[in-house]
Amino acid sequence: MFKATVLIKRRPSILDPQGVAIEKGAKHLGITNIKSTRIGKLIEFDVDLSDRNEAEKEVNLYCSKLLSNPIMEDFEFKLEEVK
Amino acid sequence: MNLKFGVVVFPGSNCDHDAYYSLRKVLNYDVEFLWHKDTDLKQSSVILLPGGFSYGDYLRTGAIARFSPIMNSVISFANKGGIVIGICNGFQILLEAGLLPGVMIRNNSLKFACKDVYLKTENRETIFSAEISEATKALKIPIAHGEGNYFADIELLKELEANRQILFRYSDEDGNVNDENNPNGSQLNIAGIVNKNGNVMGMMPHPERACDPTLGRTDGQQIFRSIANYILN
Repeated sequence: MFKATVLIKRRPSILDPQGVAIEKGAKHLGITNIKSTRIGKLIEFDVDLSDRNEAEKEVNLYCSKLLSNPIMEDFEFKLEEVK
Repeated sequence: MNLKFGVVVFPGSNCDHDAYYSLRKVLNYDVEFLWHKDTDLKQSSVILLPGGFSYGDYLRTGAIARFSPIMNSVISFANKGGIVIGICNGFQILLEAGLLPGVMIRNNSLKFACKDVYLKTENRETIFSAEISEATKALKIPIAHGEGNYFADIELLKELEANRQILFRYSDEDGNVNDENNPNGSQLNIAGIVNKNGNVMGMMPHPERACDPTLGRTDGQQIFRSIANYILN
C-alpha cells in the first residue's frame, strides 16, 4: 500500500483570476511584498498495490486522465509506502 | 433524417428541463431525456448537453461528467459527424471531453454572472446559425455561470479564427464587440465555438432560456431552428 500526494499546478501561461484577487486582499492587509500568487490543488489518496512501479503507473493514469487537465495544468506526485 | 433531440441528464444538471420544455412545448420538436448511466442515444439526431453543475463541479467543471457512460456514445456519435450542442456546463463538458478545443477558467470578476448578454454571430454558415437573420445585429440571451472565461493559447486562437470556428462573441446591442461587454474575461470575447468539422457546438449563454415568448425573449429559437432546418432539409 502507498500513500500518494498529488500536487496540481496551473501552467504558468494560464491566467489565475483567483490568485490575482487573493493578492489584492494581501495588499489590503498591508502585506505588500507578495507577487505571482497561484492557486493549485493538493490531492491525497491510498494506492492498494505493493509494487512501486505499478503504483506509479496507476497514479500517472489517474492524474493525467482525470485529476488534471493537461491543457492548463501540470502535476507531480510522491508515493510513500505505508505498512 | 428524423429530427429528435436527446437531452442528457447528468447528476447536477439543472437546465435539462428548460431545454426539454423549450424544444417540446415552445418549438414542438421531438425530444427525449437520456440518462447519464445509459449508453443508448435512442435514435436522437441531435444531442444536447444541458447546463447545470454536473457532479457538483468537483475537481474541474465538466471533468467527471465527461467519463459518464453516455459520454462514450456521445463522443463516438460526434466523431461520426453527429450534431452535438453543449450549453454552459454542457460546453465545459465538451471541452473536457476534447470534442471542442480550449479550457474554461473562473470569470475574471470572480463573480457568478447571471444576466442578459448580447451576442454577435460571427459565422452564419454553420448548422447552428444558418437561420439567424441578417437583421439580427445581436442575439439577446442570458448567461448564468461562474466559470465561463474561455482560454486558449495564441496558436489555437489563430486557428479558431482562420477556420471560422468562433460562432458567437459577447457584444453590445448593436453587435459591437468590446471589453465593456465581455462579462467574464473570455479571450476575444468568445461566447460560443464550433469544432473544425462544424458538427459540435458549445456556448456559455442559454438559448433554451430565450425561447418562450412569455419570458420576453425569443432569440434562442433562432439557434434551435437552424439545427432543425438543417436536419429536415
